[in-house]
Amino acid sequence: MIALSDYLIVSAILFGLGIAGIFINRKNVIILLMCIELLLLSVSTNFVAFSRFSNDLMGQVFVFFILTVAAAEAAIGLAILIVLFRKKKTIDVEKMDLLKG
Amino acid sequence: MIKQSIFYFFSFLAISSGSMVIISRNSVRALLFLVVTFVSTAGLWMLLESEFLSITLILVYVGAVMVLFLFVVMMLDVELAVIQEGFTRYLPVGLCAAVLIVVGLVYTVGPRNFGSERIPIPLPHPANFSHVEALGVVLYTRFLYPFELAGVLLLSAIVSAISLASRDRRENKALDPNQQIKVCKEDRLRLVNIGKNNL
Repeated sequence: MIALSDYLIVSAILFGLGIAGIFINRKNVIILLMCIELLLLSVSTNFVAFSRFSNDLMGQVFVFFILTVAAAEAAIGLAILIVLFRKKKTIDVEKMDLLKG
Repeated sequence: MIKQSIFYFFSFLAISSGSMVIISRNSVRALLFLVVTFVSTAGLWMLLESEFLSITLILVYVGAVMVLFLFVVMMLDVELAVIQEGFTRYLPVGLCAAVLIVVGLVYTVGPRNFGSERIPIPLPHPANFSHVEALGVVLYTRFLYPFELAGVLLLSAIVSAISLASRDRRENKALDPNQQIKVCKEDRLRLVNIGKNNL
């Protein structure tokens, strides 16, 4: 049978992929947004697995809210991205140094 | 046994397409791999007997959010050659960070702490169990207030996304209030003396 640790390991690997993607892709904001989605997905998988194995629905309710917030975040992030591309004609992360950070 | 093979199939699919997301050159291709990742994770959630969330993931994520991403990726005209310039430069540090995190996480959540001996595998729900009903009862009683807050959050997301992305084009005939209040009498009114006899 499939133990809890199996699900947790799969989601840990997905989380690591998301982190690696954020480090590697320095040229494309869209891929950064995708990596954030990947991180949220792996965390949600953790929540669902723990909720199932401890027979408690609260974790799944939390995943429901994570999905809501992630959808809002994706919509606003893409809107900001469109405005940025219209102004600067690029989505390069390294050229976003308007605030001199 | 069949459950295990389904689990390994979906997790292999999720991990391999997840790694294709971060290494593929083309953003459209990366996005399509992300869709595959989401679908296979929905399969994993289905194995965890949370049907409603699994279907929601496919409907909301694959159906709406990913299509939104796809629209944006196809609308922005970005050259592919420039995108991957810094790829190899940050590859070592990215890989190191990811491997460190994965090793730490796997060490923590591995079979030593969360194996089937420590945490017993739950019995499958009976055939007449409705996951939607169970989740709905919790969501509409105990979590009613957060649920409504989530609705407000989505509304504010809609409003802000529209106001950010819509171009301020003057196609309609609305007047600029700033110009409107500066109008004085001489701009609009002309007095003409037409004489008494012409009346």
